[in-house]
Amino acid sequence: MIRATGDRPLMILIPAFNEEGAVGTVIAEVRALYPELPILVVDDCSADGTRTVALEAGADVITVPYHLGLGGCVQAGYRLAYDLGFHYVIRLDGDGQHDPAYVGLIRDTLVRSGAQMVIGSRYINGGGKHTSFARGIGIVFFRWFLAIILRKQVHDPTSGYVGVNRQALEVFARSFPLEYPEIEALVVLQRLTFRFEEVPVKMRARMAGTSTITAVRSFYYVLHVLLGVVVNILKYQGSKRRP
Amino acid sequence: MDRLLAIIAGFSILLIGVVLFNIRRAHIRVEYSVSWLSAAFVLFVLSQSPWLLGQFASLIGLNSLPDALFIIVGGLFLVVFFRFSVVMSDLKDANIALTQKIAILEYQLNALHEKPQASDRK
Repeated sequence: MIRATGDRPLMILIPAFNEEGAVGTVIAEVRALYPELPILVVDDCSADGTRTVALEAGADVITVPYHLGLGGCVQAGYRLAYDLGFHYVIRLDGDGQHDPAYVGLIRDTLVRSGAQMVIGSRYINGGGKHTSFARGIGIVFFRWFLAIILRKQVHDPTSGYVGVNRQALEVFARSFPLEYPEIEALVVLQRLTFRFEEVPVKMRARMAGTSTITAVRSFYYVLHVLLGVVVNILKYQGSKRRP
Repeated sequence: MDRLLAIIAGFSILLIGVVLFNIRRAHIRVEYSVSWLSAAFVLFVLSQSPWLLGQFASLIGLNSLPDALFIIVGGLFLVVFFRFSVVMSDLKDANIALTQKIAILEYQLNALHEKPQASDRK
């Protein structure tokens, strides 16, 4: 079982759903670069061999009993990391789009800046975009929209390559958006007057599988996230439904 | 109008009967049946009291009693559906929290089982 050892321990979190073609390589890459870091894969009840591949690659694996979606998976990882006493968690996607070479940069920025969240951004210094046209339009829209709400420019609001410190971990372990969580998470942090930083990263093409955000789903995505942002702005902070 | 009121009265009695039958069979919990029973009761009272219906119609500026009745029926069911949306949201939140907790506990339990086996090998 993974343990939080050393000063300000860091855990790598990889949510994965049907990623048997890529997750093993991602874990091996992280292992090669940062052999000391514990890696937790949260398997979202995959129908393929994701769990087996991840275990064989040397990661610890949590498998949720039914498909929760990305947010539920990430939150399960945050909960465990918080309970185990980790100070930092960096999330990588299981499809290989996030190059683990930037884990060090994200960790250093978390420690140095004291920001509660650090986002790996593909739109700073033009680092290998690898995103669909529809999603690109969504990113431009939300960049503009969030600049108004957050009163700060965020170049890559949909990036899942994020690191959080223990303060954000505590918040997200309690409550985390279920679907398309990245943008709503930023608004949650802003409401708590937490800070985020962005660092340039290069995104790669997926190693296997296809994105869940298709052109048609992009419209649903925009509506869902917009509603989620508005709800988060209106949310009464005193009510906590989650146990 | 009389026929419409009779249909509404019949419908509300049927609704009360169906809800009570399902409570008896334990298909619906008592706390979730209250909304349906209340809605059915209001409909029955209104169907038996055209005067009350007329008061409501004049209150919202309608001349037609059937229109007022449909607004009341629609409004009541919207309230009931909203209440169940709240209940479903709570259940979904609880379900997710439980699912995550089960997954974490299973992971910790497996780790505990592996530990003695590892020490046995030594």
